[in-house]
Amino acid sequence: MNYTSQKSLTYNPSLARNIGNRTLTIISALFAFISVLPLILVISYVLIKGGSYINIETLILEPEPPGDDLLSAGGIGPAITGTFIMAVIASIISIPVGVGGGIYLTEYSKSGKFAKFIRFGSNVLAGVPSIISGVFIYAIIVSTKILFGSMFSGIAGGISLSILMLPTIIKTTDEALKLVPDDMRRAALGVGASKFTMITNITLPAAFSSICTGVLLALARAAGETAPLIFTALFSRYYITSFDDLFYEMGSLSVLIYNFALEPYEAQNQLAWAASFILVVVLLSLNILSRWIGSHGAFSKNKL
Amino acid sequence: MKNLKLDIDSYCKLLLRVDKANTSKFSLRKRPTSEKLVDVGFKNIVVAMASMVAVVLFSIFAVVYYESTESISRYGLRFLFNSAWNPVTDEYGAFTAIYGTLITSIASLLIAIPLGVGTAIFITENIIPEYIRNVIGIMVELLAAIPSVVLGLWAVFIMEPFIRPFLNIIYELFGFIPFFSTQPLGAGMMPAILILVVMILPIITSISKDSLKQVPSKLRQAAYGIGASRWTTIFKVIIPAAISGITGGVLLALGRAMGETMAVTMIIGNSNNFSWSIFAPSYTISSMLANQFGEADGSQVSSLMYAALILMILTLLVNVFAQWIVKKLSLKYQ
Amino acid sequence: MIKKNIKSTPSVSLDNVSITYGNSVAVKNVFCNIEKNQVTSFIGPSGCGKSTVIRAINRMNDLIEGCKLSGSVIFEGIDIYAEDIDPVEVRRKIGMVFQQPNPFPKSIYENIAFGARVNGYKGNMDQLVEESLTKAAVWDECKDKLNESGYSLSGGQQQRLCIARTIAIEPDVILMDEPCSALDPLSTLKIEETIHELKKNFTIIIVTHNMQQANRVSDYTAFFNTEKKDKDLSGKIGFLVEFDKTKKMFTSPNQKSTQDYISGKFG
Repeated sequence: MNYTSQKSLTYNPSLARNIGNRTLTIISALFAFISVLPLILVISYVLIKGGSYINIETLILEPEPPGDDLLSAGGIGPAITGTFIMAVIASIISIPVGVGGGIYLTEYSKSGKFAKFIRFGSNVLAGVPSIISGVFIYAIIVSTKILFGSMFSGIAGGISLSILMLPTIIKTTDEALKLVPDDMRRAALGVGASKFTMITNITLPAAFSSICTGVLLALARAAGETAPLIFTALFSRYYITSFDDLFYEMGSLSVLIYNFALEPYEAQNQLAWAASFILVVVLLSLNILSRWIGSHGAFSKNKL
Repeated sequence: MKNLKLDIDSYCKLLLRVDKANTSKFSLRKRPTSEKLVDVGFKNIVVAMASMVAVVLFSIFAVVYYESTESISRYGLRFLFNSAWNPVTDEYGAFTAIYGTLITSIASLLIAIPLGVGTAIFITENIIPEYIRNVIGIMVELLAAIPSVVLGLWAVFIMEPFIRPFLNIIYELFGFIPFFSTQPLGAGMMPAILILVVMILPIITSISKDSLKQVPSKLRQAAYGIGASRWTTIFKVIIPAAISGITGGVLLALGRAMGETMAVTMIIGNSNNFSWSIFAPSYTISSMLANQFGEADGSQVSSLMYAALILMILTLLVNVFAQWIVKKLSLKYQ
Repeated sequence: MIKKNIKSTPSVSLDNVSITYGNSVAVKNVFCNIEKNQVTSFIGPSGCGKSTVIRAINRMNDLIEGCKLSGSVIFEGIDIYAEDIDPVEVRRKIGMVFQQPNPFPKSIYENIAFGARVNGYKGNMDQLVEESLTKAAVWDECKDKLNESGYSLSGGQQQRLCIARTIAIEPDVILMDEPCSALDPLSTLKIEETIHELKKNFTIIIVTHNMQQANRVSDYTAFFNTEKKDKDLSGKIGFLVEFDKTKKMFTSPNQKSTQDYISGKFG
């Protein structure tokens, strides 16, 4: 016998192997605990601290300039609408382009060189730091005043957010369409449908829920972004009142948090916490919604 | 299954529609020109949309490079090693910011790798019931949904005041080591590192979890079947089989940490005075951009663009390397 | 605990073993004594729980969430499901070969050496690798490529590599869960020859779908069958019908269902 023979099969707690196993199991449990701790702490602070400053006035008033009157700092109304408007602008640009690009990748060029390059490119684009997108839009739109002479504007902010959404939407569309079985495509083409009909009536509807998941995730990420906005949309304390206002500075929740967190006034800090509350609640809901849609889709990853 | 049935329904509807369009049963069906035009037009549109990715990516590089040419030609590579940043004398160098970027991202990675991979292992092993593990997994992923600026706010008002006494203890005990040689007085690199850990933890955890789950169960059975213990199996069989995905996730996290802006800007202290100490206020490239870009003009803009270019190249290298290593290592283990 | 009417001490005995997954019973009330240095085969139609039972013998079912066992599995006089038993220790004495060949993504040499090292092997590793591969009748095919990946072998060779890996840790019992189901007839024949050789040193339990194989390789045969659950029509419960010398089982079984199954009337 070349093995140290263990006389019995009894669990021997003092065996080096068993001590090691127990220790490692405890360590991994500890790590898992540490990993969920930040979420619990951040969420509870944001909900409790932020939630306590939420009232009708905070939700609808315009913020007052810092330092004037400590009793009333105003509200975060314009920031809420600003975030919403810029998210809509970003979606209007990035959803068609992203879904179209994804359609090209899966339906027209499954593994061509160009498709490989585009897939690689969208991975790289996804890795480009968000502040670079802001710098880029600043350089081509804000500083050149290319948009009818306006500089900082809600539109520039929206465009810069759309750059962040694009790679996520392309990738999820690509992957969602890949999960649609080829049999369905053959069936559609087999009855004489054109490729356009096949895509719009068969494959896109089949992949719809997964694409929604991707779009919502991209949207949730973009709506919380600050870095691309601080020198594209800048910040404004006022509601927009007309279409023209889209071409001027626009406030957003995230930039409001950034600006007001660093103010030395308590009242402004409170607005920052209130804005965090709204932002976190909306983004977490979007995330959970996208997960729910993703797990209920026809061809979601969980089912295939 | 219900959804699949729906899709079959829509397919039948399509079938009917095609039939309706061709009512005369025996004529050779001829596609109308409009349909052909739609087909070709649609293809061209989606090709154009896909190309947008390339166009955007190239223009970002081109624009950032173009805007920084003045600084590149004036300072060359000296820019990387000069820690002066002086708008008055017009002398710029990004050494402090580059050092800050590298130190914060690498240090946060060193903390986040064991935490993230350990968590991933814990939630893929059957140590505790499955639903609790799923809840942990979802919670860690939801952490990624918290906006950077909110984490920054939390770091400034809650985390930093809480950890400062602990950092002070480290400073008093290990102050002789250059990395801990300044007194922690508030904002600085260390809180920035910790908040970066929070931000990259979900990336490492969820990608590691996915790769660990993809390891075929027969490998685990093989190891258990010859009497390997749980952790021998994990370290010798499961992790080696999942290493490509884990490495890819770690590199993606590194890229994210290097480019992360808001939370870092709010807590790092934004100082261009170079210090080895991680307790001292510092800069990262992205926080320098966030802090100065709005008010900069002249050659300062060009220098900031140069710094942005460096940041882009760094993250590009990391991301390309991540994609390469996932391919390379996954081939090895198939 | 051990019945007197059996002459030699059994290596493994199953004493009123029932196994459940979650709320559904997979197999119930199995009594069975498995003789040392003999080959015992488990046969029966799909879903009769024979694989579940064999996996229970070295506690591989621990890996399946919600799997519970009642009754006792006695190995060398010890109940391996007792509270203070270390399943890792059990698996070092009772090795297992699986249905699908499952070499590690390592070299052929490392596949053998890994298990040996895990078990704290102290002898000459090269020698052990050669011996084990020889015993598993795959040495000739892979002696020139020991450093190549285990996946470079054919399916049958991979399975014999997995057998070699199990032999290398010198277990007392080798469990084989349909080891030939994924293999071609020629490889199957080689593995059966291997089993004949191994019998000298090991107690072998083999689950098989193939009655001829059971007849060819085994000394004892256990026949499992299923019965419908009372209320739930979709579920089936497995149980042990008959257990005897293979010769007797294949010539004059006591139960009619055994006779029917063996003569190919169902299953």
